[in-house]
Amino acid sequence: MRRQSRFIISVLAFGYAFLYIPLVSVVVYSFNDSKLATVWGGFSTRWYGELFRNDQILDATFLSLQIAATSATFATILGTIAGLVLVRFGRFRGRTLFSGMITSPLVMPEVITGLSLLLLFVSMQQLFGWPAQRGFSTIMIAHTTFAMAYVAVIVRSRLSAMDESLEEAAMDLGGRPLRVVFDITLPLIAPAMISGWLLAFTLSLDDLVIASFVSGPGSSTLPMYIFSKVKLGVTPDINALASLIILIVSVALLIAWAVMRKNQSR
Amino acid sequence: MAEPKQDFIRIRNVSKHFGDFVAVDNVDLTIGQGELFAILGGSGCGKSTLLRMMAGFETPTSGTIEIDGVDVTQQPPYERPVNMMFQSYAIFPHMTVEKNIAYGLRKDGIADDKIAQRVDDMLGLVQLGDFRKRKPDQLSGGQRQRVALARALIKEPKVLLLDEPLAALDKKLREKTQFELMNIQDKLGITFVVVTHDQEEAMTLSTRIAVMDEGRFLQVGTSKEIYEYPESRFVADFIGTINMFEGIVTHAGDEAISVACDDLGTELHALGSYDVELGQHVCVAVRPEKIFISVEQPDDAQGDVCLRGVVDDLGYFGNRSLYRIRLESGRMIQVSRQNQRRSAKRFVEWEDKIWVTWRPRSAVVILDEA
Amino acid sequence: MGTVTRSDTTWRRISIAVPYLWLFVFFLLPFAIILKISLADPVIAQPPFTPMFDADGGLSISLDNFLFLLTDKLYAVTYLKSVLMAAAATILCLTLGFPMAYGIARSSSSVRSLLLLLIVLPFWISFLLRVYAWMGLLNNYGAINNTLLWLGVIDQPLQLMYTDFAIFIGLTYSYLPFMVLPLYATLERMDMDLIEAAQDLGASRTRAFWDVTWPLARAGVIAGCMLVFIPAMGEYVIPYLLGGPESLLIGRVLFDEFFVNRDWPLASSVAIVLLLLMVVPIVFMQRNQAPELEAPE
Repeated sequence: MRRQSRFIISVLAFGYAFLYIPLVSVVVYSFNDSKLATVWGGFSTRWYGELFRNDQILDATFLSLQIAATSATFATILGTIAGLVLVRFGRFRGRTLFSGMITSPLVMPEVITGLSLLLLFVSMQQLFGWPAQRGFSTIMIAHTTFAMAYVAVIVRSRLSAMDESLEEAAMDLGGRPLRVVFDITLPLIAPAMISGWLLAFTLSLDDLVIASFVSGPGSSTLPMYIFSKVKLGVTPDINALASLIILIVSVALLIAWAVMRKNQSR
Repeated sequence: MAEPKQDFIRIRNVSKHFGDFVAVDNVDLTIGQGELFAILGGSGCGKSTLLRMMAGFETPTSGTIEIDGVDVTQQPPYERPVNMMFQSYAIFPHMTVEKNIAYGLRKDGIADDKIAQRVDDMLGLVQLGDFRKRKPDQLSGGQRQRVALARALIKEPKVLLLDEPLAALDKKLREKTQFELMNIQDKLGITFVVVTHDQEEAMTLSTRIAVMDEGRFLQVGTSKEIYEYPESRFVADFIGTINMFEGIVTHAGDEAISVACDDLGTELHALGSYDVELGQHVCVAVRPEKIFISVEQPDDAQGDVCLRGVVDDLGYFGNRSLYRIRLESGRMIQVSRQNQRRSAKRFVEWEDKIWVTWRPRSAVVILDEA
Repeated sequence: MGTVTRSDTTWRRISIAVPYLWLFVFFLLPFAIILKISLADPVIAQPPFTPMFDADGGLSISLDNFLFLLTDKLYAVTYLKSVLMAAAATILCLTLGFPMAYGIARSSSSVRSLLLLLIVLPFWISFLLRVYAWMGLLNNYGAINNTLLWLGVIDQPLQLMYTDFAIFIGLTYSYLPFMVLPLYATLERMDMDLIEAAQDLGASRTRAFWDVTWPLARAGVIAGCMLVFIPAMGEYVIPYLLGGPESLLIGRVLFDEFFVNRDWPLASSVAIVLLLLMVVPIVFMQRNQAPELEAPE
């Protein structure tokens, strides 16, 4: 395209540096042999080894992955339905409230969402006896609730860009509305649903504050574990864990990007 | 075959309001079985809304729509014996040509081998046999249109609705498709209703046309009736070009009337019997191709109109030429002429003084309010 | 859409009802509960607050918590500070993010997807870990101080950690992608010919920017600012890890009130006041939502 001004290029360079220098520094220090995380003691990979021997980390990771997968799936289902309702159903009673509810979680500070859900669960426990023990299910419900807002936004924007006459054509040819949704609409918004699922998964995996509010004894997610350790300061094993996560995410994204580019050029 | 029904499609007192806006204003229409009917109008005239009501995507605010004697007004689109070819074609991008065409039949619960047979027939009809396994993004615009057509026709609907079918095609393809559509329609005998803003399309494709403006039908008739006998100034001006002269009736007889036109400073005569009174304001209209240009003064035979003028502008279009003539009174008229002679020298040049003539029977008198 | 039959209506009702109910129970109802508890008094009991209705059915609410919040200087200062911090971070994000989004939108398509990927990548890496990364950098023995010492710019390590400045940097760092992405979406849709037309008509580059680019990018700017400002007001993790004992922000206060002081009613009222503060920007954001996201009526 057009030649960029020097100003823009330098801001871009600075911006990206700003974004990545902290990450690079973490990766570099993860190979630091010294126990003092910030003083360089030589190159070593021992902290990575220690990670895999740490049961707490493994348990927390497993729990987080389970919660993330479950809540992402529920969030995708609910968020897709919500997106369809808002874009294709026209007017209905209570639409403004519905629209407000589905977009507010996007901006709500986590302490408020966390607090409100915890209070809900406590009240429910008082009234019905469930949930007796807070843990997997309560965290999962909480994550589904805020993640579905993200899925809904993605689905909505994909739906509005889609040619509505495709669904009309299907109806014209004899498809009842429900059939049309499964035959035409869902296949065409599938990429949006997949990105929604991935986003919900990541958000769940990453959530600290809400999980802290609504979890119970014995259910410690990975972020909760990391937080409990870093409260005290920078530690070398967390450096290693962080680098590992950075590596996994980067590789996954690069693969996704390469696949998308290949599809587009076809 | 049984006698084709005259009132196969009956649209009665149909209106559609969107809030305060009246898109379709109390229209009545009867379309016969096997007709190729066109609804012609500019954008925003309500023709697409009317089409969508016939397909079932909008419900009329009032009025009824009957197809083959059945009231379909409240029926959803998937229950009507009507199929539509969308302007954007609306081919399902994630299905092959085959699957697209077969889609409608799957919903009807027909046996698989029967479906395959019908799909084959359709592919043959639209000449897409080699493309059956292709995906829509591998097809040209014209091919996609044929898929849309096949997909709609395979269900053997009683009525096929077409929304601006030729709009997206280039000129050569448009002509070819026009004839293909007419052939298919003739072969299958299905009633076609075409909605378009292109008068050429309407005139060539259809047996009858309805001219629509601001939600109302202004005139319904064959192409010839609409072109040669427009009933309103709007219709006269909308179809092709026309020269219109306002005047007052000076003589009204059984066979002819005379109208005094200030514009021209003379009286115009028109053949035909019109229900007019002396002194009534009317409009006398003449098509450009019915006016002759000559360099010498012509014999004043049979009461032809004869006027002097100057060539103000001319345009050459290959098979014909268009002229803008400034008459003595200052009024501009348009004349068109076939270039029958091949010659290096032009017939007339700018600023040439010429005579224009036309026969009284070439003029049509329009009685509607200006 | 067109006419429908009865079973279609049933499916339609179900489709609306399912997400609606979920959100109602798990999103809206909890706010009502917060309100209820904010009107109660703390007690040493399980749960640690007084019930709304007495044993004899009378309504027992107290506005003590709200009065306390309104009169206590500390809280007023904390709220103000949170709003100001969030605003400052938003402005910095905008200043840095707008040129970045602009640069990405105008880059050639091959470079563009890579640039977008690089903006999005930090977003997918754990929020917590990114804040943690700054802990390492800002530390007295961290990379920044080490570099400055090595360069000879300073001879004593600067106290960067546990300061308001650290929180400010942390907020900007974490929320930058949230600003860049909506801005990019808006700028990408903009017709670049408009700027050239303005220049052709005599506008300088800066003038063209203010007259053409800025007004058209308004929607993206608002979206980006709201996505940063509103959550930043209630941030907890960043002030906790990067801030010192004096740098109290409201998110942290709420958390502490709840978990440390076990004063649920007070924490609830803190939340209510924070929500009230956020209502104006939230409504503003809803009104300015991109019209393409809404269905035509």
